[in-house]
Amino acid sequence: MSDEILVKVENVRKHFPIKQGILFKREVARVHAVDGVDLEVRRGETLGIVGESGCGKSTLARCITGLHSITDGRILFEGKDIGRAPDKAFRRDVQMIFQDPYGSLNPRRRVGSIIADPFDIHGTATGAERKKRVQELMELVGLNPEHYNRFPAEFSGGQRQRIGVARALALKPKLIVCDEPVSALDVSIQAQVINLLKDLQDELGLTYIFIAHDLSVVRYVSDRVAVMYLGKVGEAAEGEELYARPRHPYTNALLSAASVADPDRAERRERIILTGDVPSPIKPPSGCRFHTRCPKAQEICATAEPPLTVAAGDTAGHLTACHFPVELGERLAEAHAAIQQESTEPTLGVTE
Amino acid sequence: MSLSELAADAVPADVEPTGRQIQGRSPFRLALSRLLHDKMAVISVIVLFLIVLFAVLAPLFASITHHPYGAQYPDTARDSWGLPKGPSGDFWLGADPLGRDVLVRAAYGARISLGVGIAATILSTILGVIIGVLAGFVGGLVDTVLARFMDVVLSFPYLLVAIVIATTFKPHSTWLSVLITIGVIAFFSFAAMARIVRGQVISLKEKEFIEAARSLGASRMRIMFVDIVPNLVAPVTVLGSLLVPTAIVFEATLSFLGVGIQPPMPSWGSMLNDADYRSSLWLLFVPGGLLLLTTLAFNLLGDGIRDAFDPRSERLITRK
Amino acid sequence: MSLLEVTDLKVSFNTSDGVVQAVRGVTFSIDRGQTLGIVGESGSGKSVSTQTLMGLTPGAKVGGQALFEGQDLLTMTPDQLRRIRGSQISMIFQDPLSSLHPLYKVGWQIVEMIKAHEPGVSKAAARKRAIELLGMVGIPQPDRRVDDFPHQFSGGMRQRAMIAMALALNPKLIIADEPTTALDATVQAQILDLMLRLQREFDTALIMITHDLGVIADLADDVLVMYAGKPVEHTDRRTLYYRPHHPYTAGLLRSIPSGSGGRNDRLVPIPGQPPSLISPPSGCSFHPRCAYTMDRCVVEEPPLRPVADRHRSACWLPDEAVGLSAEVENLRGMAVDQGRKEASA
Repeated sequence: MSDEILVKVENVRKHFPIKQGILFKREVARVHAVDGVDLEVRRGETLGIVGESGCGKSTLARCITGLHSITDGRILFEGKDIGRAPDKAFRRDVQMIFQDPYGSLNPRRRVGSIIADPFDIHGTATGAERKKRVQELMELVGLNPEHYNRFPAEFSGGQRQRIGVARALALKPKLIVCDEPVSALDVSIQAQVINLLKDLQDELGLTYIFIAHDLSVVRYVSDRVAVMYLGKVGEAAEGEELYARPRHPYTNALLSAASVADPDRAERRERIILTGDVPSPIKPPSGCRFHTRCPKAQEICATAEPPLTVAAGDTAGHLTACHFPVELGERLAEAHAAIQQESTEPTLGVTE
Repeated sequence: MSLSELAADAVPADVEPTGRQIQGRSPFRLALSRLLHDKMAVISVIVLFLIVLFAVLAPLFASITHHPYGAQYPDTARDSWGLPKGPSGDFWLGADPLGRDVLVRAAYGARISLGVGIAATILSTILGVIIGVLAGFVGGLVDTVLARFMDVVLSFPYLLVAIVIATTFKPHSTWLSVLITIGVIAFFSFAAMARIVRGQVISLKEKEFIEAARSLGASRMRIMFVDIVPNLVAPVTVLGSLLVPTAIVFEATLSFLGVGIQPPMPSWGSMLNDADYRSSLWLLFVPGGLLLLTTLAFNLLGDGIRDAFDPRSERLITRK
Repeated sequence: MSLLEVTDLKVSFNTSDGVVQAVRGVTFSIDRGQTLGIVGESGSGKSVSTQTLMGLTPGAKVGGQALFEGQDLLTMTPDQLRRIRGSQISMIFQDPLSSLHPLYKVGWQIVEMIKAHEPGVSKAAARKRAIELLGMVGIPQPDRRVDDFPHQFSGGMRQRAMIAMALALNPKLIIADEPTTALDATVQAQILDLMLRLQREFDTALIMITHDLGVIADLADDVLVMYAGKPVEHTDRRTLYYRPHHPYTAGLLRSIPSGSGGRNDRLVPIPGQPPSLISPPSGCSFHPRCAYTMDRCVVEEPPLRPVADRHRSACWLPDEAVGLSAEVENLRGMAVDQGRKEASA
């Protein structure tokens, strides 16, 4: 890993308008999917982005890969603003691995032709060369290269995810954005894919943005982790640091809620049971977005938005956006916050 | 299919170490093999094959019975009251009021009914796919305009309008009447196809594999033809196979009302028009029965195709 | 007598691609107040087994016996089963939207269910009970929310409403099929907490079906692990997590990202893919993916046999090969070598 910054996300916002009307559609509300995010990704590292559904992590991923045009802010890749319409070089350098191993491969096309898609689109390999490269890629991700001619339906979930990885690797990208790459897979298969991604990173010097809702999975792959809540980053730090000294109450709650396959530890741990659900991103709460569910919330939390900065006593790389960061050894489970508001709005057309 | 995909297909199927054949089976071939296991579908195919054979061999029936197409036998085919005679050794399926052989007319009518039905379906499928893909893929104002146009077409009292169109363009020749009938049927059927295709395209556009293609920098044309259109084959085939019987009945309805196929050209609908049911039941049962058999077979085949493309068994297996 | 005793349950489906043997002989029992966890990956037959008990697998070929308070659920008429469903046994599903009718108010659905099973109850009394239940499962302002439609509830609240419905008639057994899989981690914690509390309060028997060994680590009494339609290990919770006998259970435990590993640690996956249920592997279904496959495993199917007191495992490895430590791995390896030698001799 070097200190060179590969991707810089500056105050990025992505709002989706909700339109109504039969012939003339007008905007009636907007979903604040990503609402002012600053992030840096260094060359060769893995940045984990964790959050629950509706926190905007997938939208952020799609903004970084240029699938969504951003509403506000800017994204720099190798120091260059990717702007509204990313160019072909950017498309080559930044690839994406998707969550759904069934939805991310066209069911009507053969695997060989799916993996060769990048070659065809960028015109980098044709004929026998193309076939050879596809088979090399299949071997690299642990697929039998002789299955070149098969259709996606003939592969299991884990194998399909490997196909998606092979397609992402085809153009020797610099950055791969992995959007929940293992959450649709069975537990025994998840570990296979995680190990594969780690091996490929070591071998090819890749940079990853790894998105997941599961903190324990992220822990195995990430150098640094950012925790998102309702379109904003609540806390970001080196992996070990974040798991050992979580400062944001939400990170604490998320860590305590993670399932543990160990009866003794599961019984011993202090479970912070948050009240209520994640509020709607159509009308996010004022001030700190977590204040409606936070066990430490006070008046200021509802009025002033805490900036993402280094909290007192933390190392330089550990950023927290909280007025009252959690101290080590503080018992959050005993604190209780009243539910001040519970969103009744259905989250219109928000897909995560 | 692009050249590059053809190249991918040209790689020979190989054999796994275990000796199991691992030829990539395309979704289409899987569906075909499932269809062949569906008894009702296979029977329907056989019935339809026989009906098509009946239509193709129409001249043969004419020569066997020595009753050429269009020939009238006012004396031998009618009784002393001037009413048509029923089935006999000479006229196997009876005669019609003008003294024509019903068997020969039914066979030639099959050509028209099937031909018009299939031609109208093909035309409405082409129209429907083009308009549906355009609306769904381009979106925005184009979609709004096209979608409303489909709504308008679907909400027309189609029979009334069809009658008006057919009478306004009172055809001068029987062949022109065939073309107008095909056009009218296609105009009123394409909207159903276009709607389904539009819905499919819109839902396909949200799929992750389209996002994958977009993130690779694929052009809109490439996404449309490489990723979207091949996925329309199954729903279009299913709906198309179900449109054929509708079109055949539509033609029969128009012709029965006298605004479709013009005499003396026979079609099953116009033959029903000729019938005087009180005395000559065969005039009702021969074209009516053929019509029923054909539409039933097409509908059952359509159901079979739908099940073959989307078998419930598969969902059961993949479910947790 | 146990509350529910399932013996050699078999379920298969005829499909156009062949006969799917979804469940191939499952035996377990559960008492009042007990929690049984059924763990397995997709295609292990864990959901199909319990759905079959409730008569929710139309078209399936079913064999075996399932005695609920001495009556066989599998031979009951749909009418008898319907009377038991809801009042004696209730189910909680992964997706609450599939069980809550979208066009009726949540409260109305609970009221209707109470009235269907207890015709004597007045509408007002049933409504009062519905409000109580919604309050009990932690829905804020239950007297107002009782008149909401399911779409006005968030995912977590829908699951709570489902639990309220499941509890409405004070059933003896609740079957929860992946009740928290669709929920976020913080909401999952709320729901599990709630279910555990209510179960203790009402002394209900609970069957928890899950793919995630982490979900039931602190709430199951016994755990049954399923693979390819068969139970492979069945024992109490601590033995299962700390002293597993079957290599599949051990592999599952090792492949879960635990809370302690970091960036430089590696997960230990189970190699290979889950088997086809149309033509399952010969012998032990797990042998193609197992690190300790002996010749015997390929040809002879291991029965679910006792390896210790209250510990059953379907594996040919010696009884003492239990646990996750390196020594146990060695022990297993030695047993395999021994087996190979015997075979060649």
